[in-house]
Amino acid sequence: MSNRNTGLAVEAEGLVRSFGTTRALDGLDLRVPAGTVYGVLGPNGAGKTTAVRVLATLLRPDGGTARVFGHDVVRDADAVRSRVSLTGQYASLDEDLTGAENLILLARLLGLSRAGARDRADQLLAAFGLAEAAGRQVKKYSGGMRRRIDIAASILNTPDLLFLDEPTTGLDPRSRNQVWAIVRAVVAYGTTVLLTTQYLDEADQLAGRIAVVDHGRVIAEGTPGELKSSVGSGSVHIRLRDPGQRPQAEKVLRAALGVPVQLDTDPVALTARVGEDGTDLEASAQAARALGELAGAGIVVDDFSLGQPSLDEVFLALTDHPAVPADERDDELEAAR
Amino acid sequence: MSDTAITTGRAPSVYVPSAEALATVLAPAERPARPSPLAASLTFGWRALLKIKHVPEQLFDVTAFPIIMVLMFTYLFGGALADSPRAYLQFFLPGIMVTSVVMITMYTGVGLNNDIEKGVFDRIRTLPVWRPAALVGMIFGDVLRYVLAAVVILSVGLVLGFRPDGGLLGVLAGIGLLVVFSFAFSWVWTFFGLVLRSEKSVMGVSMMVLFPLTFLSNVFVEPSTMPGWLQAFVKVNPITHLVGAVRAAMAGSMDGPNTMWLLLWSAGFVVVFGTLTMYRYNRH
Ligand SMILES: Nc1ncnc2c1ncn2[C@@H]1O[C@H](COP(=O)(O)OP(=O)(O)OP(=O)(O)O)[C@@H](O)[C@H]1O
Ligand SMILES: [Mg+2]
Repeated sequence: MSNRNTGLAVEAEGLVRSFGTTRALDGLDLRVPAGTVYGVLGPNGAGKTTAVRVLATLLRPDGGTARVFGHDVVRDADAVRSRVSLTGQYASLDEDLTGAENLILLARLLGLSRAGARDRADQLLAAFGLAEAAGRQVKKYSGGMRRRIDIAASILNTPDLLFLDEPTTGLDPRSRNQVWAIVRAVVAYGTTVLLTTQYLDEADQLAGRIAVVDHGRVIAEGTPGELKSSVGSGSVHIRLRDPGQRPQAEKVLRAALGVPVQLDTDPVALTARVGEDGTDLEASAQAARALGELAGAGIVVDDFSLGQPSLDEVFLALTDHPAVPADERDDELEAAR
Repeated sequence: MSDTAITTGRAPSVYVPSAEALATVLAPAERPARPSPLAASLTFGWRALLKIKHVPEQLFDVTAFPIIMVLMFTYLFGGALADSPRAYLQFFLPGIMVTSVVMITMYTGVGLNNDIEKGVFDRIRTLPVWRPAALVGMIFGDVLRYVLAAVVILSVGLVLGFRPDGGLLGVLAGIGLLVVFSFAFSWVWTFFGLVLRSEKSVMGVSMMVLFPLTFLSNVFVEPSTMPGWLQAFVKVNPITHLVGAVRAAMAGSMDGPNTMWLLLWSAGFVVVFGTLTMYRYNRH
């Protein structure tokens, strides 16, 4: 385990994988430093799940190479399997079995004795707040509990690299925070985490580095700070009382902030990118200035918020097209022909 | 946070992950040695048992279906093919037992096809265990169902007047041969379960294979009454060998050639379809 905390956990070069005519991975490169959380950010159909499945030895790539802790995922799949764990996008436990039975089963398969497996399961259930639900069938768990038992199952063997495929999609804010806290604890302990997500704020909160994936390729890579400085660290969403004032509001904002202002489909709404230099402080200052200028110009604002750019805005900034799921975009192209 | 502010009296049982608790469960114990292939297979067999425990309805196929088969055929053909249902039963029960159990083997394919669509197989396939273990274990679970079906049929037969000359030992030997063959034959279905897209198509293919295989045999009538070309097929049909061997065992003798053929066929199924199955499984 010499490279547990040093070197690269994942090195993928030019990964290609097609399903029929869909190129789910189209020359994907990835370098994940060991001991960190690495975020893979992308819209539906970008190829995130496919990438994770290739790296976890579940799918063979059609082209390119990938190594996990130096082991080739095709030729040396067994060595890779003994170092990684995968929490899939969809539940990867036996729904008919209870939470405890699932964990005991997996612990036995990892080679623990009968008693050892039971102890390990109890320990994990307690640490993940599932002791009370231990005897219940997993299909009767809530979404948040399912995610937790799934992650618990993934760390049964204390993996060196943990794949989490969209671990918080569909969870309420509380469950999401719980998953985030678990991820932080796991990485603090020294496990490398590769996490896929559709939310920039999630990647920003957790990841040391982020790769933005689109159409099976990495279109941007860097620390959250670097990424935000290319995208803008925030966006201001404004809703006016009077749609008639929108043209005026746009002018005021453009003059005050010096950034392009986007008119949303909603006739009273506008969005402006702020914090172009990537600092959150500048974003806050610009937001405050925007609100002040609007009030000064006699424009009534009903709703005002400062948030991180959505995935859509990230895509707009990086690619000049919004984050339309790949399948739909292909359909549109078909239709356009 | 606001929800702490409104908390009064009763503590809500909201889970708050504690870094210390998580750190303890993450602390590396000795990495245990890999389980042996047999241990891993038996663990997967235990999974099959747990599934039966939680979803007992799945035993319906292995109990109700055979009972209906025995009753139907005994009274349908019994009068026509022999002097009485009771006389026919002596000849027919081993055959119907074979037919029912061999038919049930197809659920191995259906079950696998169903299971593999679910995420749990992703997890299983990333475990560093002997690769065929998941499938071998699954078939171990199915073997239990075969034994159960055989026992159900035997019991119904005994009630209806089946009196095997081989006694308990003969019956056990017969069921043993049947289970060996069914275990081997299940590998045909694991392969189709992996290759075909849906549960329905697995069922369809199974029926297409199983009906001719079981009916074009010596289960229902002696082959000497059939036209020559049919006799030729019946003679090489593994089900014929199986029925011959089981019938002999239950009647208290031993049919050497049939038993040998049946074991050869079994070995062939495991080698050929076991290999094909694992090839597909690794590439799924
Ligand atoms: N087994 C499969 N058969 C056919 N096409 C597939 C298969 N798996 C993925 N695809 C296609 O490959 C592309 C990438 O899919 P993938 O699941 O990797 O995307 P994703 O980024 O995980 O999306 P999501 O956010 O929706 O989970 C999609 O166009 C998808 O339709
Ligand atoms: Mg996905």
